[in-house]
Amino acid sequence: MFHGGYEMSKKISKIEENKVVENMVTFTINDKEHKAAPGSMLIEVTDAADIHIPRFCYHKKLTVAANCRMCLVEVEKAPKPLPACATPVMEGMKVWTKSEKALTAQKDTMEFLLINHPLDCPICDQGGECELQDLSMAFGGSTSSYQELKRVVVDKDIGELVATEMTRCIQCTRCVRFGEEVSGMRELGATGRGDRMEIGTFVEKSIDSELSGNIIDICPVGALTAKPSRYHSRSWEMLQSEGIGSHDSVGSNVRLHTFKNKLVRVIAGENEAINECWISDRDRFSYQGVYAEDRVKSPMIKKNGMWKEVDWSEALEAVANEIKDANPDAVGVLASARATLEEQYLLQKLMRGIGVNNIDHRLRQIDFHDQENTDLFPNLGMSITDIEDTDAVILIGSNVRKEQPMINHRIRKAALKGAKIYTVNPRELAFNYDVVEQCVVTPAEMVNQLILIAKASFTLSKNKIPAGLGDLLKSVRSNKNAKSIAESLANAKNAAVFVGSIAEQHPAYSTLRVLALVIAENTGAKLGFIGGAANTSGAWLAGLIPHRKEAGKPVENMGKNAAEMLNHPKKIYVLMDVELEADSDNPQQALAALNQAECVIAITPYMNKKMLANADIILPSAAYSETSGTFVNIEGTWQSFKAASKSYEDARPAWKILRVLGNHLNVKGFDYVSSRDVRDELKVLCGQSENDNKFEATGTYATHTSFDNKSLQRIGEVGEYACDSLVRRAKALQDSQPEQQKVQLNNKVIKSLGLEAALTSNSHKVQVKQGGVMVEMSMSVNDMIPDGCALIMAGTKSSGLLGSAFGEIEVNL
Amino acid sequence: MAGVNKKTNTILSKHECDDIDSWIARFPEERSQSALLAALRAVMHEDHYLSTEKMDAVAEYMGLPKIAVYEVASFYSMYELDKKAAAKNSISVCTNVSCMLNGSDEVVEHIEERLGIKMGESTPDGQFFFKIEEECLAACCGAPMMQLNHVYHENLTKEKIDALLDSVKTNGILHKKETS
Repeated sequence: MFHGGYEMSKKISKIEENKVVENMVTFTINDKEHKAAPGSMLIEVTDAADIHIPRFCYHKKLTVAANCRMCLVEVEKAPKPLPACATPVMEGMKVWTKSEKALTAQKDTMEFLLINHPLDCPICDQGGECELQDLSMAFGGSTSSYQELKRVVVDKDIGELVATEMTRCIQCTRCVRFGEEVSGMRELGATGRGDRMEIGTFVEKSIDSELSGNIIDICPVGALTAKPSRYHSRSWEMLQSEGIGSHDSVGSNVRLHTFKNKLVRVIAGENEAINECWISDRDRFSYQGVYAEDRVKSPMIKKNGMWKEVDWSEALEAVANEIKDANPDAVGVLASARATLEEQYLLQKLMRGIGVNNIDHRLRQIDFHDQENTDLFPNLGMSITDIEDTDAVILIGSNVRKEQPMINHRIRKAALKGAKIYTVNPRELAFNYDVVEQCVVTPAEMVNQLILIAKASFTLSKNKIPAGLGDLLKSVRSNKNAKSIAESLANAKNAAVFVGSIAEQHPAYSTLRVLALVIAENTGAKLGFIGGAANTSGAWLAGLIPHRKEAGKPVENMGKNAAEMLNHPKKIYVLMDVELEADSDNPQQALAALNQAECVIAITPYMNKKMLANADIILPSAAYSETSGTFVNIEGTWQSFKAASKSYEDARPAWKILRVLGNHLNVKGFDYVSSRDVRDELKVLCGQSENDNKFEATGTYATHTSFDNKSLQRIGEVGEYACDSLVRRAKALQDSQPEQQKVQLNNKVIKSLGLEAALTSNSHKVQVKQGGVMVEMSMSVNDMIPDGCALIMAGTKSSGLLGSAFGEIEVNL
Repeated sequence: MAGVNKKTNTILSKHECDDIDSWIARFPEERSQSALLAALRAVMHEDHYLSTEKMDAVAEYMGLPKIAVYEVASFYSMYELDKKAAAKNSISVCTNVSCMLNGSDEVVEHIEERLGIKMGESTPDGQFFFKIEEECLAACCGAPMMQLNHVYHENLTKEKIDALLDSVKTNGILHKKETS
């Protein structure tokens, strides 16, 4: 059993933490001298020295289980071979990894492991990249002493993402330890004993973790494989390219696997400073959306209400004709924060080149009061690894676990070391670590809750309340609860205030920001912004904002922000990788704006029905993995990547489309040969900058007119798998998360609104009314939603007809 | 994670809870997981088997992941996970080497005939469960032997078995070893 292994390894890792570098121990491996810190495991030393020892259960990021016995090595004076993964180095120790004794032990272990392993490599997805297959080539015999029947284990259905073939399992327990130690949800386990031991969830259950796909990567055999890519191709037929995850602001490194020029699989890449060796399920399985049915095949122009496929020159000519003589004030440019840095930079360069300043990527934001107070870009305020060393964290308006799973992973590590975590959110969230207190308040009350904490922090620090904040804070009396949060932050050595995506969408975002700032300043905490998309930082640097040009340079004429552009409709819209019904704060308003426009030009990989209804010219752009480019993450790391797969049909990388458009419109400086040129030009302009997010707390914030507390309020945070056009088309992810399409209310609210009947059957729907439009939706109970609120996630199909993410809403039978 | 979650429990009986509490009290706080064996035994006493519902309740009560409870419950043969095993009395005949050499096959045959069931089944009246015993019960010196509920009975003969089963049926569960 591996339970003993846990205990032992915990002790060992403690020793490792106290590594004293001066007291290195000296020992020999294969008669060569090595030095290492006391307490290091043999396998760590041999791995670092490039001496290969076979292993299955050992994984550098997991505790030591020492149960596969594959890493047995000979150690002087030890009567039996010892497992290298659980043998600490000692002074004068002599180790042989390839001696007869070691090799015999390894070969015997191999024979035991193969006793019950099926010989189904030809039909196994792991074939060709299987640790067991590789090691059996090196250590396995051609015959087995075992002549009896092999055991069979019934497969488990653990959801849409991971396929199981449990007969192949060798019980290394990596997946079990991953669940306990990394994803923080122990769902897999080893039941039964002896030859009847099985890995499973015991009662059929979907693995419900945002990191579940990582068990595919760590499984050394074909027991756990990726369900969506199963049986599509063999590992040796695929080509591997480096890529960057495109669904959150972290920039996880991924490896893209292509087969016949098509992206067929994504696995985790390694980058210790960013994602270690894990990725979120969203980054892993979203690739399915690349080849969605509504990919655009060729440029298209709408004439007299009919779409016509045209060639590129005709399409680009048409675009140039539409915008070259247009009044720049009547043009609105809305682009995705998931577009590459190069695309964003060229788009704003092109549009500013013809005098247009109405440029924005902040499509879900509605409060722009203090946009001038933002650093060069809103950032984490520290490095991603620094998060592990925080000892108190307050999360403001953030569902960090679903929004930025790898940031949550670091916060979890801090929490396991004793950091105190607090939240201020419009709903209670299920965290995978202990949270000292979740302040769950309605969206409207979030500001008041922060005021209480801010007030307490002023009292505690004896700092003077800045004149600009007098109105907010003067007459407020803090409460015990808020005081204890402020105290906890102030007493911590490395406290952090993190503002998330829910706050970003909040009608009083600037107020939340200034309150977060003063709380951070008064308690000595760092301030970080953890929201945004894959390249929000890039969009700010590239100048895809109405109030600054590239690298933060001032604009001569301030443009209109995203909300203003849609609120006061423009004649012409230029959209880049944007589906406004799902990507903007207020779909109703956005679609109406597009509808009245004289011309809508869309540079997009996809064309859904709404796109076809509202656009006039469609330029097909390369989707994820089809273009080279750069993403800048929230800590300011620039990560460039090459195209991994061929562009679909006649689609082109957007930076090339923009380059040609630049030439068509005679804008200077569009003679780039590669996306590298574009990046390098911007890189020089940006230079190095220090970012701490701090600004002067003045009176530029939204005067928070409190919502009408009598009516039901919508919580419109973006669904985990609804955040962008790619993931919305990823079938397996969508199937795994049906809840995000439903209205979620707590039991009390359901009763008070008399909606119980809608719970009796799945087909029974409720009517949701917002801004004069009514939509039918399924309903589910979620007692983690506060009274007076309804959770209707943004970005989903049904919410695409509704209004603003936060606002009044009606739910009726 | 750890910590007793008494408030939400509605599935475990008071007796079971008291029993679990008394065991938790015997271990250091950070080692309360050690009381799991006893907690499952408490449930076995009441139900004679471990339902998933009860195991989940124990997990919640003790602040453990459910799978951690399933792992322990499925590892030890003294726990029954099948409702079929939920009879008043449990019979385990050792069929390992020493007992087999001393006639455990006849013992099994006799019990099967007498109760009218096969090994692994329960009598329709819910009186007896005839368990498939897999391990040596460590009483080779008294082979053939069996365990009736918690008590060992050694040097078995047909008469001895009949007397025992009759006595259990009329007098209820035997908790002490027979004196003869």
